[in-house]
Amino acid sequence: MSKADAKKFSIGKFLTDNIVTVIFVAFVIVGFILTQNVSIDFFLTELSNRFYRNAFLVMALIIPVIAGLGMNFGITVGAISGQLAIVLVRYHALEGLGGMGLAAIIAMVFASFFGWLVGMLYNHTKGQEMIASLIVGYFANGVYQFILLYLVGGVIPVSENHPMIMTNNIGVRMTVDLGTMKDSLDNILQVPFNWTLLVGGILVLLWIAYRQFMKPEKNGYVRPTMVKFALSAVGCLVIVGLAIPSVLGYGKLGDVRDVPVAVMILIALMVIFTKWIMTTKMGQNFRACGQDQYIAESNGINVNKVRIIATMFSTVLASLGQLIYIQNIGTLNVYGAHNQIGFFSVAAILVGGASVSKATVGQALFGTLLFNAMFIMSPELGQALFGQAILGEYFRTFMVYGVIGLALGLYVWKNNKAARITIEPDEVLDMPVKEALKK
Amino acid sequence: MNIKLILKKAGIPIIIGAFLVIVLITAGALGISVQSLLSDSLRRVGMNGLLVLAMVPAIKSGTGPNFALPVGIVVGLFALVCCMEWDLMGVNLLLVSCLLAALFCGIVGWAYGKMLNAVKGAEMTIATYAGFSATALFGIVWLAAPFYNKKMGWMLGNGLRETIQMDAFDAAQLLSNFLGFEVAGIEIPTGMLLFFLLCCGLMSLFFKTKAGIAIYAGGINPRFAEAAGLNVNRTRVLANVISTILAGVGIIIYAQGYGYAQLYTNPLTMAFPAVAAVLIGGATASKANCVNVVIGVCLFQTLLTSATPVMNNLFAGTDLSEMMRMIIQNGVILYALTQVKGGSR
Repeated sequence: MSKADAKKFSIGKFLTDNIVTVIFVAFVIVGFILTQNVSIDFFLTELSNRFYRNAFLVMALIIPVIAGLGMNFGITVGAISGQLAIVLVRYHALEGLGGMGLAAIIAMVFASFFGWLVGMLYNHTKGQEMIASLIVGYFANGVYQFILLYLVGGVIPVSENHPMIMTNNIGVRMTVDLGTMKDSLDNILQVPFNWTLLVGGILVLLWIAYRQFMKPEKNGYVRPTMVKFALSAVGCLVIVGLAIPSVLGYGKLGDVRDVPVAVMILIALMVIFTKWIMTTKMGQNFRACGQDQYIAESNGINVNKVRIIATMFSTVLASLGQLIYIQNIGTLNVYGAHNQIGFFSVAAILVGGASVSKATVGQALFGTLLFNAMFIMSPELGQALFGQAILGEYFRTFMVYGVIGLALGLYVWKNNKAARITIEPDEVLDMPVKEALKK
Repeated sequence: MNIKLILKKAGIPIIIGAFLVIVLITAGALGISVQSLLSDSLRRVGMNGLLVLAMVPAIKSGTGPNFALPVGIVVGLFALVCCMEWDLMGVNLLLVSCLLAALFCGIVGWAYGKMLNAVKGAEMTIATYAGFSATALFGIVWLAAPFYNKKMGWMLGNGLRETIQMDAFDAAQLLSNFLGFEVAGIEIPTGMLLFFLLCCGLMSLFFKTKAGIAIYAGGINPRFAEAAGLNVNRTRVLANVISTILAGVGIIIYAQGYGYAQLYTNPLTMAFPAVAAVLIGGATASKANCVNVVIGVCLFQTLLTSATPVMNNLFAGTDLSEMMRMIIQNGVILYALTQVKGGSR
């Protein structure tokens, strides 16, 4: 929120600007009130596990948003690259961390190539990238199935009686066993959840205190307001307060799933990477293209090239995210694991408060938590209210599509409304940036 | 030679048509009964015809292909299920449910058209999610709405079945078999095809009337149409009402032709084959007519029908037809998207 917005803060405006987030928070709270048998330990185990699994993938959406491509449903292509890499690695019976590392390298190669192709496609469908990205996911799925169901064995020779290949020696089986690649990242180091909360809470508290009182105001750094600081500090203290009795052996949180440190480090690296890249020349180019392609072009930026690079980044990161996802799941569902990735990730980041033109790391992480909380609560709520868990499952499917539709629709509607008031919407919306670019 | 140039010169219909001829010749050479393939294809043309025709008014009005087809489909199914609940049989069931579907879809289509006017510039994306959400929402309706007719419930528990047999209501293939006959071993579902062609004819006539021309004018150049005194927002709403009604009636025709009404997740992706069909017929995201619909649905459905046995025969046991459908269908849509001029940014 910029300073101008903060000044005329009103509840109504806050609600309309964050309607999707508000709906989800309300849903989860109502869910907790209405369902008695959801224990906090169960909830946090499920939620944290889903967070480790999905956060990386969701963050893969940020760069295309900043570069003006909108929500990249085409991260499915990245997911497919990751799965192709796993199939290759497992075909040669490699496993463990080494197998995982090799899969990551292969996935990145595939994803760069496919991302380049998809990026070129987006350049040919300017203004319609989001529907194109959705369709390209379906298209890629067809090609992927063609490769794995027919080309493998049909054209590419495979060794006979390989356990991964179907009995007639053509095509890869429906599921691929991961061997010791299963949980390979998760298992590197695990620490208890309550201790993580305690240490994490204290560290974050120290960090925000440093930002508030010690860090000098220079290089564009502006100190947060006292209110903001107080809210964050209270939040940290509450978390620490909850963790202390648990660590001492009283109260709950003792049975929550252990934290996989390696995955958390990867997620943290992703956060740092995304923030860092925005400070580089390339990041500035992304931002310029996202604000206004024509002005970026006239400033000597090769817009098409920048957009392709952004798509490649997104695809490569998504392929790595899919590797984290699959090692957490434990087996590779060859023809199904990638199908919903685009929808779920986009819904998650939108729930976190992102829009077609603005997305941050914080929104991605918060959205992942909130979206998955809804995902866990929905069947429980269906069970509690109607005696049918399946009802909750239909409801959460509705929430996924509804949220995407609502958030995208509201965004376009607001922009169109702004366009009707002024002559040229971009002139007004992007005034500061354009001026900055002109200088 | 440049692939794009070939595509531009020959056009998608010729390319897909040539591909289809190759598939049919292969089928003949492999000893697959071409007659039964063509019978099947005709049946599927009749079943899908109206759903594809629903694209025409939407494209002409400038909102692009109606990716929100599932909205009309689920509402049409709802009308059908209501009539089943009242235990209407045979012709009555079809007639009443079609009328009811038209009524419901008219209302829903109006609201949907209004919504599209609010999101100008991103209609296709929003429409897709409108369709998806409607399908998921009606998943809840099928499960929770108070329907009690034993013929369409589960053996145990509440809610409607995934597929409801039209046979139980004496309505399976009712329209298809009307005046149906066989020529040279090919079954002709006369009633269904006549109904489809009749609707195409009416659509062509409609676009010769004042209202039809207004829709068309608003689609070609909204600003010019506004300047000429047309209310473009209203023509867009009208076009989408027609499109939604066609989708609702279309799914009832589809259900009787297929013999089953399919609920729950089935309507989810039904828009894409319909969009692909009209594009294969030579339409673009901003230009379409009834000829495109007829050519497109014939080419696409015949290709899908004949590809399955041919592929199965050629590639011993590997069913490639599903992925071929995905690649052709989505490839054609992607190609059409690359031809959309301008953009919201």
